[in-house]
Amino acid sequence: MKDARAIAEETARVSYGRLLAWLCARTGDVAAAEDALADAFRAALEHWPKTGAPTSPEAWIITAARRKLIDQGRKAKTRFEAEPALALAAEEAEAKAQTQSTFPDERLKLMFICAHPAIEPNVRTPLMLQTVLGLDAAKIASAFLTSPKAVGARLVRAKRKIKSAGLPFIEPPLEQVPERMSAVLDAIYAAFGAGWNEVDGSGQTGDLTQEAIFLAQLATSLAPDQAEAWGLLSLMLHAEARREARHSGGAYVPLSSQDTTQWDRRMITAGEEALATAWRLKSMGRFQLEAAIQSAHAASRLTGRDVQSDIMLLYENLVRIAPSTGAEIGYAAALASAGRAEDGLEMLERIEKDRVKTYQPFWAVRAHILKEVGRNEDANASYDRAIGLSDNDAARAFLRSQKTAPV
Amino acid sequence: MNYLLMLYDNEDEWTAMEDEKRDGILGSYFAYTDALRQAGAYVEGNPLEHSKEGKRARQGRVEDGPFADGKETLGGYYLIEAPDLDAALDWAARCPCASFGYVEVRPVWNVGG
Repeated sequence: MKDARAIAEETARVSYGRLLAWLCARTGDVAAAEDALADAFRAALEHWPKTGAPTSPEAWIITAARRKLIDQGRKAKTRFEAEPALALAAEEAEAKAQTQSTFPDERLKLMFICAHPAIEPNVRTPLMLQTVLGLDAAKIASAFLTSPKAVGARLVRAKRKIKSAGLPFIEPPLEQVPERMSAVLDAIYAAFGAGWNEVDGSGQTGDLTQEAIFLAQLATSLAPDQAEAWGLLSLMLHAEARREARHSGGAYVPLSSQDTTQWDRRMITAGEEALATAWRLKSMGRFQLEAAIQSAHAASRLTGRDVQSDIMLLYENLVRIAPSTGAEIGYAAALASAGRAEDGLEMLERIEKDRVKTYQPFWAVRAHILKEVGRNEDANASYDRAIGLSDNDAARAFLRSQKTAPV
Repeated sequence: MNYLLMLYDNEDEWTAMEDEKRDGILGSYFAYTDALRQAGAYVEGNPLEHSKEGKRARQGRVEDGPFADGKETLGGYYLIEAPDLDAALDWAARCPCASFGYVEVRPVWNVGG
């Protein structure tokens, strides 16, 4: 039998987001709910080893957190407006928790609040990581290459705004769901991107790829009719499946030379299934296209099938429905791979220089295409620029190896 | 806004390094400096002589280096122009020094206004 301490810790890990979402939805005050929940978990760690874990740990935690919230309200000597609602709701939840094995899941409301239009885009991802997953500011900050203090301050400001503006903890009206969901998915993908950047062989800093995949899985289970949520999940699973193969002895290995036996086949299959689910929902979007591109790359390496023109077509659509610098660069690379290097180059030269002056992928792809059309000197200059903008040795070493020696 | 990037590394490791590895790192520094220039972020930057060449003036006396303050010593600097601290931190992370030592970022207090 598990000891009481282990049960308390497991409840914290598994139920944190659900319990917090539930409290927030009834008080509208994220910071107060976090404090109350932290106190309740502390109390559990203290009491359970003496008295034994309760039959319904989540109901116990919620009851304790509710008491803390009401105490806080009284101490502040202000009328705690949520008190009656909270008391009533807690009874209802306790009753539910007694009869059902799991606590009501309102994390989708929490995700929508984190990516609410009133919340600054750069704090949406940190807010979601902290509230839904319970990550601390230091881990979030290290993934986003910013200081823990700065992230902490942004989080505090965002929570204050949720409270003072009274942002509603509800699932948005049906017609607004796709747009609001898109902000949720962007925030999840930003977490994945932050984890991605850190993949440097060293793996020491905040890698958030697992957290991002977990959030996307949560989104697909809570909103299974949203095609783009499945698309995003598929995209991240495909990328994650190749993690091991992307590095060999500290050096970066591009997709075309990766050892496919190092790919995680189970994850690729899961990615394919997610994409198939997305297609069946018949609502096209950028994440599905990006996932389809990754799926085609995987198929090409695994079956030897020529997919270059498929990939080109997918990028063409991507640039049309969701134009972005990243998509344009991907399209240019796809054109070059399909034997249209000159067109790819032209595409790159059309991108406004100011937008890419610090964007490493632009210079890496440009160097690659210039080399392909035989402009070695220009290619080397472009490789140098990409090296100067790289933030890890694996990328620098790979780019250096691609340069051509002067004749 | 100006930021001073202070590059700290282990200078003895640097002198003991095989030539090929050192050339690679130097090449990365040239590329990095050039990327700063091309992006319009470069103000100035230089490596420093070995810390044993350093002196400290304090209260009317001069002390000779090196000063054993820690394993890593200040080995160079960049003064850059960046729109905000996040952008400055991005540049710090790209600095080759951040891969084997560390880079301290300090906003420059603009007294002149």
